[in-house]
Amino acid sequence: MDQPLIEIENVVKCFGSNCVLNGVNLSIYRGQITSIIGQSGMGKSVLLKHIIGLLTPDSGRVLFEGKPLVSMKKDERKVLKRKFSYVFQDTALFDFLNVFENIALPLMENTAHVETQIKDRVQNKLHQLDLYDIENKYPSQLSGGMKKRVALARALVTDPEIVLFDEPTTGLDPIRKTAVHSMISDYQKRFGFTGIIVSHEIPDVFFISQRIAMLNEGQICFEGSPEEVQQTADPLVRNYIRGLESPHDELTGVASQSLGQKRLTREMFRLQRHHRPFSIVLLSVENLEDVDRIAGHVAGQTALKNFANFVKNNIYLTDICFRYDMNKIMVVLPDTDVDQAGMFCDKLSRNLDTDAIFNSSEQRKGLCFAVSAGIAQARGNSQIESMLSNVEKRQNIFWECRI
Amino acid sequence: MELLVAIKNPLVALGRYTMVFVQDLGRIVLYFFKGFILIFSLPLQVNKILQQIYFIGMKSVFVVCLTGAFTGMVLGLQGYYLLVKYGSTGILGSAVALSLVREMGPVLAAVMVIARGGSAMAAEIGIMRISEQIDALETMDIDPIRYLVSPRIAAALISFPLLTALFDVVGILGGYLTGSVLLGVNPELYFSRVESSVALADVSGGFIKSIVFAAIVVSICCYQGFYTHTRTEFGAKGVSQSTTSAVVLSCVMILIADYALTSFLL
Repeated sequence: MDQPLIEIENVVKCFGSNCVLNGVNLSIYRGQITSIIGQSGMGKSVLLKHIIGLLTPDSGRVLFEGKPLVSMKKDERKVLKRKFSYVFQDTALFDFLNVFENIALPLMENTAHVETQIKDRVQNKLHQLDLYDIENKYPSQLSGGMKKRVALARALVTDPEIVLFDEPTTGLDPIRKTAVHSMISDYQKRFGFTGIIVSHEIPDVFFISQRIAMLNEGQICFEGSPEEVQQTADPLVRNYIRGLESPHDELTGVASQSLGQKRLTREMFRLQRHHRPFSIVLLSVENLEDVDRIAGHVAGQTALKNFANFVKNNIYLTDICFRYDMNKIMVVLPDTDVDQAGMFCDKLSRNLDTDAIFNSSEQRKGLCFAVSAGIAQARGNSQIESMLSNVEKRQNIFWECRI
Repeated sequence: MELLVAIKNPLVALGRYTMVFVQDLGRIVLYFFKGFILIFSLPLQVNKILQQIYFIGMKSVFVVCLTGAFTGMVLGLQGYYLLVKYGSTGILGSAVALSLVREMGPVLAAVMVIARGGSAMAAEIGIMRISEQIDALETMDIDPIRYLVSPRIAAALISFPLLTALFDVVGILGGYLTGSVLLGVNPELYFSRVESSVALADVSGGFIKSIVFAAIVVSICCYQGFYTHTRTEFGAKGVSQSTTSAVVLSCVMILIADYALTSFLL
């Protein structure tokens, strides 16, 4: 693996007699989103503040590209600081500035942009976060969710290289929560920034993160990919994740990924024990990013929600559909072979129409919503992993709508 | 716990408090100089300085006029009844003008600004500290001292002498009101005594005092708010503690500085 962008080495931080961080070691890699999970009060925010230099460790060090932050000269630190952006848990919006001035502040103070450019950039960020006509309002006049999105807009307006998010979605409704996640993921793909997210949103953060680290009792007790964290045998991690996971996906209302995986395992067991065949269908929304770009992330997530609802309404009681990934819904069809699964897809494509997906106000020109389907049938000697990789490969567009 | 130590060994406690106080004063002086130097860093924050002049200076005009008028009136009254015993009511103008220009103008104008603007500064910056707004400035690579403190220092250094001048003028008119209009001292004599007794050195001495007071008030008030998070109390209580100590410490330091300056200027 490459050299880490940020390394945290044996960081210890105590407040009085309370040692919050007790020898934390963590590596953050360039261009990846790393999520730090863990129970409340375990020092996740404190760790994040060490990375940006708001707090200094009692012992241990934080290195940026192999160089310790403390040994950097003032100018070097200045250059480094401008690469960072921080989304505070409690938003930390300036209460004496209005929304526009809040978002424009980092541009006005640190860049040579002219006023019209700043205005455009601020407007652009506000619209991407589904915020309209609030430029002249003060933070105290906004709801909690709106403040959160204004804070996000302020953090992203400078197009930073490294963004630290301290619980960016706490207090948001499910659609906006996933819209923010999808925006973070979308931005990361487009601009390749490095993201560090402190979050309790499980499993949502697994969809957008490349690495997960769990902080417990002042130390990192687990570090790995989202797949690894979900399959780990470590009882501490398992209990924490199970405790937070709901049986239903918050956005779409279909079953959650973990429930779907359990059902898949059960069907596999039934197949091996009772020779009952089953098929899986993976429905992927191919151009959710285009919808996000044209109509905004909220419209994108609403379309995904509508699509998931449509699928849920078109399956039998014995079938199950669950959220497999950020933009993927999987359907498990018991007692169904591959031909019948194909017929199920045909039925879906016949019944699906634009009105079911988009609200009339979002039917903007250039909007495209395409769904591809991959089908796989489980056979006696099938493994779940190979089935899943097959179903991911065998995708073809089965329904598309363009406006 | 601290109380126990103080009861058991008062000298140790006194020494400890003195050390902390002196250390704090040193930090406040450094804090002021940093803020002062950053006033001149480019680009100049003209708009922010003007806003603060409006807040510290303009909004204090009414209260300064009011207190100035009553101070002058009381001086006229007290001065008259003292001087009438010696048959020298003619020098009432000198007595009122010199006490105002040299002493009461700078001190009372500063105290009024502490009550109005200083407490507000400490509370505003303190709230920004506890709601992480100052941390947010740091993460954006905006120097919080330059952004928050420097405009206030510049505005105070400009506003204090002007408010002092206003206080003096209104006070002298107040003295005239009681001395001449109510108690019958010859108005021409009153004003000619004012003119002949107040030398340029008195006026410039008063201005030097007001500039020093401006530096003391603004640095103590901003400092107390800025370091709210290091207090023993947290949140709103921490802010109230900061505001209280900002007001008390600035008033005490102004009176101490006034004595020191007077002994140098006389």
